[in-house]
Amino acid sequence: MSDLDDLYQELILDHKRHPRNFRDMPDATRAVDGHNPLCGDQLRLFVKVADGRVEDVSFIGVGCAISMASASMLTEAVMGKTVQEAQQLFADMHDLLTRNPSGIDPAELGNLGALAGVHEYPMRVKCATLSWHTLDTALNTDDDVVTTE
Amino acid sequence: MTVSNEPMTSPGWDVTSVRRDFPILEQSVHGYPLAYLDNAATTQKPRVVLEAMDGYYRRDNANVHRGVHALAERATGAFEAARESVRRFINARSTREIVFVRGTTEAINLVASSFGQRLREGDEILISAMEHHANIVPWQLLRERSGIVLRVVPITPAGELDLDRLSSLFTPRTRLLAITHVSNALGTVNPVRELIAEARRHGVPVLLDGAQALPHLRVDVQALDCDFYAFSGHKLFGPTGIGVLYGRESLLETLPPYQGGGEMIRTVSFEKTTFAGLPHRFEAGTPDISGVIGLGRAIEYLEQLDWDAATAYEARLLEHATACLQDVPGLRIIGQARHKVALVSFVMEDVHPHDMGTILDRRGLAVRAGHHCAMPVMSYYGVPATSRAAMAFYNTFDEIDRLAEALRYARELLA
Ligand SMILES: Cc1ncc(COP(=O)(O)O)c(C=O)c1O
Repeated sequence: MSDLDDLYQELILDHKRHPRNFRDMPDATRAVDGHNPLCGDQLRLFVKVADGRVEDVSFIGVGCAISMASASMLTEAVMGKTVQEAQQLFADMHDLLTRNPSGIDPAELGNLGALAGVHEYPMRVKCATLSWHTLDTALNTDDDVVTTE
Repeated sequence: MTVSNEPMTSPGWDVTSVRRDFPILEQSVHGYPLAYLDNAATTQKPRVVLEAMDGYYRRDNANVHRGVHALAERATGAFEAARESVRRFINARSTREIVFVRGTTEAINLVASSFGQRLREGDEILISAMEHHANIVPWQLLRERSGIVLRVVPITPAGELDLDRLSSLFTPRTRLLAITHVSNALGTVNPVRELIAEARRHGVPVLLDGAQALPHLRVDVQALDCDFYAFSGHKLFGPTGIGVLYGRESLLETLPPYQGGGEMIRTVSFEKTTFAGLPHRFEAGTPDISGVIGLGRAIEYLEQLDWDAATAYEARLLEHATACLQDVPGLRIIGQARHKVALVSFVMEDVHPHDMGTILDRRGLAVRAGHHCAMPVMSYYGVPATSRAAMAFYNTFDEIDRLAEALRYARELLA
């Protein structure tokens, strides 16, 4: 079953079992709901932006291992980054997850590179991108809901 | 993968030979023999159906009911012969009661549209908490148009209709009971005779959603005494894009047309159009001719099977699947009705149905993960989605054993 190991890498499973920054954030500057109607993945992403920097980011929700791990890894990756850096990270992750072959070298993305395995599972790409689209919506729009369809 | 040592055969049912009728089942997926357990979504098609459709396009293709040339005659003959096969299969009184539509969804929309025109604000439609969206949303659209009221028969934790509540839900304003014969999300077989008897006591006509029933049960619409019966060809080992609305003739006759166009008219002038008789009045436009022919052939295929043996075999498959899955750590079966078709819906602690679907797929096991177009059922059980193994008479005990084994593996991997 080595091929499943590409998708469910230890790092991803660890984030699934112990999601980081999995909490409500009453003083968030933005709270956006991400919803994947196809599989019922549902999360709420909170960000607190001050002086152009992501001071805090967290999420709550229910979903498959890939969507939960992706959201958890996202919070670790963008914590403390400038909004501009976070936006660049969204662009890189979007490229990594949706383009095949991708122009992004997974090794350069650190832990996030572990999500590259989702490529081989077209039906699961949306699980991995949900939290990233939610972040993009939180940083760039006034919308409170985003769905991937 | 485990292979059970006991030869799991069933008297009178030669599954090996039946499987040979379905060419698609012969393939491997990710290096494993395909175990197709998604039959509630759609069933596979026997070779004879594929050949009938191919043969129609190769030899007989012509529009129906329109030409006098040889091809038109052959096409029309085959088309109407299929209608007769459908009539015979569900024991309708007349082919005038067999309306071809795209599927169950369109059949119910037709009733909501045509029957719906006679309803007034405050009139009530009674459905159940285990309906497919196809038997919810058309009534909600009608509610927006006409201000009708939707009432819902609740279900019990076992996944059965709460019959104690049924009688009190009928009111003097109830105009239709529209209910599923078999639940696609739970596998429950509803006691349709009792339901129809109760509706009769209140003078209310009944529509049955038979999409999941006909692939497993023999249905006699006269014996049932229902008013409408809707089903889809693709769930009945026939092609996609074709389905049937059975309507009691005396009721269909009183309904206005559904769509307008060719085929459904007798004469047209700009002042006045007169409509064709049944069933053509409800079949505007060129129909899915090859689909109808394929459906007719699928029904003939089913008719030559030993149906009692098939039913007994499916019951044993269900029993085996229930026992095997119940044994898997962390697994909970959703839907434990006393009377079920061969379908097991389940959730597993720490393993989301979507991950389950992926893991099983990598072992050649095709199951459905999701809300099964029955979101109210999911919210009743407090789950976002379930995994569903939906069996047909061509599935094997070995496939169920492989499923149980893969479920254990999924839990080891993800929990
Ligand atoms: C109970 C039930 N009703 C209605 C439908 C809709 O059938 P179709 O999509 O073929 O119109 C389905 C299909 O999933 C079903 O299972």
